[in-house]
Amino acid sequence: MKNFTRLFTVIDETTKTSEKTKAMSEYFSTCSPADGAWTIYFLTGRKLRQLVPTARLRQTTKELAGLSDWLFAESYDAVGDLAETIALLLPPAKNSSDIPLHKWVEERLIPLRNMEETEQISKLISYWDELTTAERLVLNKLITGSFRVGVSQQLVTKALSKTSGIDEATVAHRLMGEWQPTPAFFEGLQNADTKDADASKPYPFYLAYPLEQETSALGDPGEWLAEWKWDGIRSQLIRREGETFIWSRGEDLITDRFPELVEASQFLPDGTVIDGEILAWSEGEVMPFAQLQTRIARKTLTKKILNDVPVALMAYDILEFQGHDIRQLPMNERRQILARLLAPGTLDNAPSCRGQLHPTFRISPSLTCSSWEELTEARTNSRELKVEGLMLKRANSPYGVGRRKGDWWKWKVNPYSIDAVLIYAQRGHGKRASLYTDYTFGVWQEGKLVPVAKAYSGLDDKEIRQVDDFIRKNTLEKFGPVRTVKPQLVFEIAFEGIQHSPRHKSGIAVRFPRIARWRIDKPMEEADSLDTLAALIEGKVALKNSDTANNAIKFDTMADSSGEGE
Amino acid sequence: MASRLIQTTDRGLYCSAGDIYIDPWRAVDRALITHAHSDHARWGSRDYLCARPGEGVLRHRIGQDTSIESLPYGETRKINDVTVSFHPAGHILGSAQIRVERAGEVWVVSGDYKLDPDPTCELWEPVKCNTFITESTFGLPIYRWQEGSELMADINGWWEKNKSEGKSSLLLAYALGKAQRLMMGLDTSIGPIYTHGAVEALNEVYRESGVKLPDSARLSSNPKGTKYAGAMIIAPPSAYGTPWQRQLNPVSGAFASGWMMVRGIRRRRSLDKGFPVSDHCDWPSLLRAIQLTEAENILVTHGSSAILVRHLRELGLNADTLSTQFEGEEETPAAGEHSEDPEVTELASTEETTESTEVVEA
Ligand SMILES: [Zn+2]
Ligand SMILES: [Zn+2]
Repeated sequence: MKNFTRLFTVIDETTKTSEKTKAMSEYFSTCSPADGAWTIYFLTGRKLRQLVPTARLRQTTKELAGLSDWLFAESYDAVGDLAETIALLLPPAKNSSDIPLHKWVEERLIPLRNMEETEQISKLISYWDELTTAERLVLNKLITGSFRVGVSQQLVTKALSKTSGIDEATVAHRLMGEWQPTPAFFEGLQNADTKDADASKPYPFYLAYPLEQETSALGDPGEWLAEWKWDGIRSQLIRREGETFIWSRGEDLITDRFPELVEASQFLPDGTVIDGEILAWSEGEVMPFAQLQTRIARKTLTKKILNDVPVALMAYDILEFQGHDIRQLPMNERRQILARLLAPGTLDNAPSCRGQLHPTFRISPSLTCSSWEELTEARTNSRELKVEGLMLKRANSPYGVGRRKGDWWKWKVNPYSIDAVLIYAQRGHGKRASLYTDYTFGVWQEGKLVPVAKAYSGLDDKEIRQVDDFIRKNTLEKFGPVRTVKPQLVFEIAFEGIQHSPRHKSGIAVRFPRIARWRIDKPMEEADSLDTLAALIEGKVALKNSDTANNAIKFDTMADSSGEGE
Repeated sequence: MASRLIQTTDRGLYCSAGDIYIDPWRAVDRALITHAHSDHARWGSRDYLCARPGEGVLRHRIGQDTSIESLPYGETRKINDVTVSFHPAGHILGSAQIRVERAGEVWVVSGDYKLDPDPTCELWEPVKCNTFITESTFGLPIYRWQEGSELMADINGWWEKNKSEGKSSLLLAYALGKAQRLMMGLDTSIGPIYTHGAVEALNEVYRESGVKLPDSARLSSNPKGTKYAGAMIIAPPSAYGTPWQRQLNPVSGAFASGWMMVRGIRRRRSLDKGFPVSDHCDWPSLLRAIQLTEAENILVTHGSSAILVRHLRELGLNADTLSTQFEGEEETPAAGEHSEDPEVTELASTEETTESTEVVEA
């Protein structure tokens, strides 16, 4: 636990990725394979299911520290994080120990889950009593499933690659999908000879950056491929050894959500991996994203839902063909291979559909790219076509790993925006746990503010502190963690989409809302009304000025991290 | 009800029986000063009285020509109808609790204090009294300071690590008290110690007062282009992020403050390290001090006073809040920092507090 805590502390304290990578690779080069596997497990955001009920953790802490309920609550309010509050409040430890991480997890933590209450509490007490405050913090975070630390999977990959000398792409590939945190897994990661036997393994997705510069900066348009940016679930469809696997970008195996894709993929030869977008698709056009979400959310897929929301895979790339990793081939060659594979008649057993492509497999069409002006013009049709804008891909580029600048750009149409009033606030997570950073915004309806959007991102650190200060001074009521705030501050909220939703109080749901800027200049009376939002759905209201749009684009990446679309 | 021996007035804590003020926030005739921090020792009064070891520091802070008299710890002085004496508070050099007695009734104004040992000043001494006025800067059970030796081992370990990486170590600490206390624990075998001018000025006063600080030199006395890899530089928090700091690159910065106890606050400072160390009491010390005074009335000021009062009442004590201006202008500190503490004010007031009020009212 000491080594793991030290690693956590170093990563937690620095903002420099070079130092984080260095700390991780030092750790990985000295740790046991068993510890290494669990460390990767936690660093990449995997969690143990809650081991001890939160209420029990609180109660035990209060008893050990001799604190009344309100004093615990005040402490929690000042700290903003339960695991940390507990770590700080517990009486100083009387013992110390240095048991390796994997022993903690396998022999101590996981068994907690099936213990009865008294035994669980007595174990907890004895565990806490042998750890420092920093170690308790880590332990509590593992127990409550709230362990988060500022490294991306990409950075973990980089560190492992640095330690083992194996290229990043291979490590990234091995880290994907489902795996067990065993010593064998850790050794396999670092072993140059490992046969990557798992047929289901996807490749790391290559992600685009939002285009910030002028298109002219991209050079000759002839060197670029342009296609629509579809609003669906970015997915990889894998056909290997007679089986189909579908992965979402969030690395969830979602095969069972899309039986028609599995069915349709039977014709694909073994050793095929297609990258594309799963779309709700009906009568030749894409349906709203919310429809698609119902396919993911349902536990069981009924006949009705399969009928109501048919899907298609809009394929735009091929990463593996005839069992070979072809990610290093140029983009335009990969597209040709994709076209040959999915085009009618090229495969004898392909189920043909009036001589057309199979309805569930489509190739994302290429736009002619003779001038940037032409593309700029084409892009203005995005909303009509129900796409989010354009994707620009360099014709001779290989398929990369992770989010890299240079070869792929997303060039979205301007998002929607409204001015709304801050009405509720909640504390954030992680770095912002002691600050009020999760906001709910309302717009006017008959003299009242109705909540329409929740947003977390978009303010800079200084603004966040100012808003936090305002919230603390202007709290009208507290409901659990939620504070009702005196309506006063106005923010411009940008979002990607808007639709009717009976589930929401306002009757309206917005997609990917984020704060575009703080409208210090606007009194709250001038915030938008629900009618304005309703008009946006009908498409009656023009977009705001482009200044707004530019502002909003900056936050694109943040909104994306919560989303499925790419 | 008979009037209280000490009351708050618009000028500060006032004892009418002695016609004296304690740590007044406006100019008065006769001011008794607990210690030289700016929220307690203000310029402009006619006559000052403080504890003998604190005279040099106070003079440095409020002027060479001011009328300042001092008393050794424990020595009594009769002023009008009261007897006053100064007792060690353990906060900074010469800091004192002020005991005021009239006809057998004893009040103690503790100023700022801590119970943990500090090599730059005398250990806090419990003074039995009827009414105890206490601060509560860190009045929450999450605040529990580590042992001084552990803390210094952490700081020296950080210094050593920076040295091995070819970096300088910039330790930000309040210039009066905290800086000197930390210097006493530095392992000078690691490297040289340099200081910001604001710190060195006080180091000189400390040395003159007999505190054996390790050697240190003003950074500004070095020729331009001096390399600081492996050196320790002590500066006030306000120096952080200024052009002054550039000469230290590559540098690792750390902030030494009690607020660093909380991870979220630690992480919001864009510093490499936060060392939770304070010259104020932690929660267990507050409770212990209050118990040792055997006071039947406790008046709480500074910071989390409402919380401490409620807790003391639950313990069956007669406690109340006392509103003073020691809380400075930051009654609701930005970002949850319950701060009247000069060590934070210095950092926060420039960038956070002032602006936030402006913006909100705009
Ligand atoms: Zn002080
Ligand atoms: Zn003070």
